[in-house]
Amino acid sequence: MSISFKRPSILPGFWPAFSYTILYLSLIVLIPLSAVFLKSLTSSWSHLWNVITSPQVMASYRLSFGASLVAGMISVVIGFLVAWVLVRYQFPGKALADALVDLPFALPTAVAGIALTSLYTEHGWLGRYLAPLGIKVAFTPLGVVVALTFIGLPFVVRSVQPVLADADAELEEAASSLGANRWQVFRLVIFPIVRPALLTGFALAFARALGEYGSVIFIAGNMPMKTEITPLLIVTKLEQYDYAGATAIAAVMLTASFLLLLAINALERRTRKFMVTG
Amino acid sequence: MATVALELPQKRASAVPRNVRHDPPLVRWGLTLLALLALGVFIVLPLVAVFVQAFEKGVPAYLAAIREPDTLSAIRLSLLAAGISVPLNVIFGVTAAWAVTKFQFKGKNALVTLIDIPFAVSPVVSGLIYVLVFGAQGWFGEWLGDHDIRIIFAVPGIILATTFVTFPFVARELIPLMQSQGTDEEEAALTLGANGWQMFFKITLPNIRWGLLHGVVLCTARALGEFGAVSVVSGHIRGQTNTLPLHVEILYNEYNYSGAFAVASLLSVIAVITLTLKKFLQWKTKEGAK
Repeated sequence: MSISFKRPSILPGFWPAFSYTILYLSLIVLIPLSAVFLKSLTSSWSHLWNVITSPQVMASYRLSFGASLVAGMISVVIGFLVAWVLVRYQFPGKALADALVDLPFALPTAVAGIALTSLYTEHGWLGRYLAPLGIKVAFTPLGVVVALTFIGLPFVVRSVQPVLADADAELEEAASSLGANRWQVFRLVIFPIVRPALLTGFALAFARALGEYGSVIFIAGNMPMKTEITPLLIVTKLEQYDYAGATAIAAVMLTASFLLLLAINALERRTRKFMVTG
Repeated sequence: MATVALELPQKRASAVPRNVRHDPPLVRWGLTLLALLALGVFIVLPLVAVFVQAFEKGVPAYLAAIREPDTLSAIRLSLLAAGISVPLNVIFGVTAAWAVTKFQFKGKNALVTLIDIPFAVSPVVSGLIYVLVFGAQGWFGEWLGDHDIRIIFAVPGIILATTFVTFPFVARELIPLMQSQGTDEEEAALTLGANGWQMFFKITLPNIRWGLLHGVVLCTARALGEFGAVSVVSGHIRGQTNTLPLHVEILYNEYNYSGAFAVASLLSVIAVITLTLKKFLQWKTKEGAK
């Protein structure tokens, strides 16, 4: 079996390294994760179904899903713009701007949460200008969208940037020498090249947004049926010692995460293929 | 003479067709300003807000908030959690990358996908899984209770949750790097009579050092900043099971805003250092790959 499983090599250490990888992966990740599904199986189906379809939980799916979707789309638009400017134009402070794109990856989510909340309350630096216009951000679904956009933006920029930098200038030159104007070149040549990367960036941002907790709970205000995200309900149920309820919702979230992970893997393979052939 | 002959065709090639990519200045500056405005509002402003509010009551108040015993104990706990989980994940990352990139075996892609799982899981769920295994009602809850061992709502749970959320960072950084480096140098070392450890310390480790360091930086930043997963397993006992991000939350919920932002500013400084190191190490990795 070992002959067909692994190709022979003169390098040492495959079996110790492979065994340790599987062992550590199982102990830290796979076995604890399986607890969610095994624990769910111990309660009755009808009880599980009642938990994951109760009105409060359904409202949280709508908010988490809807806000992640909207934030993902805003991230795509702004992220594409930022990636475009960083790849195509020269301007003072470009290296700094490029480094700052990663700030949401590096800044702890709780810090982002309280900082965003302070900006968007009625007396905040931004909130005080939005309030007279009748726009309330903090403690509304819009606040959730703002926090998730902050979290999602770097995913789109970092997905699009390499593809845009890699795109062949000759394609654009050919198009323009055949009579296409700049807008047509953008729409018919550049956009199709970056589309898979935009989609990957969107999927990554969306997946992260669905599970996001720290940056959202401060700005959301967490009003039942209105601004409660799904991860918050897991925490609430745990605080009430309702382990079965928390686990059931977690199982729904995990299933969604795994499906997204598979979709993202497929998308990334497609993007890479596009980069090699295109 | 030779230099002149080489320069001419180059100049021509760059002078002729490149202007297709030249957008009119109005478009160029318009888009650049728009992008910078977006970055400013969405990313820079929150960072500035942290520091401004941290110092709102002056420097003495800031220093007092940081020197408070509960803050100091939160700093210690955060450093402890990172100090254990980062080395664990470094050992795992190097081992996993060695197995995955230097050998051909069945199911390799599946294994790489499995390593990525913690990135796809919600932080809250990452904490919950350990409650289900080690909590009072969990698989080992009764046994642990009988032997008076506390994992959940105690320091070991915080370390476990931190290890889970930072699990893929080092492996993820090393796998593409070691894949691109191939196995030629290691094979040459072995043929010349090096043993396995000599090969690893003299060939492999120097080759991956910048990438490894990059992974360590990202891993450490996340370990110090993790909130959701740690919040679920911590139990929020001030001075005992409070990490820095959890301490920010407690102060904020007590309406001690300047205190919360003072502690948050420490974490923001770490984030800015992380970004700087990241840029530097990316540049070094690229240089090493050349």
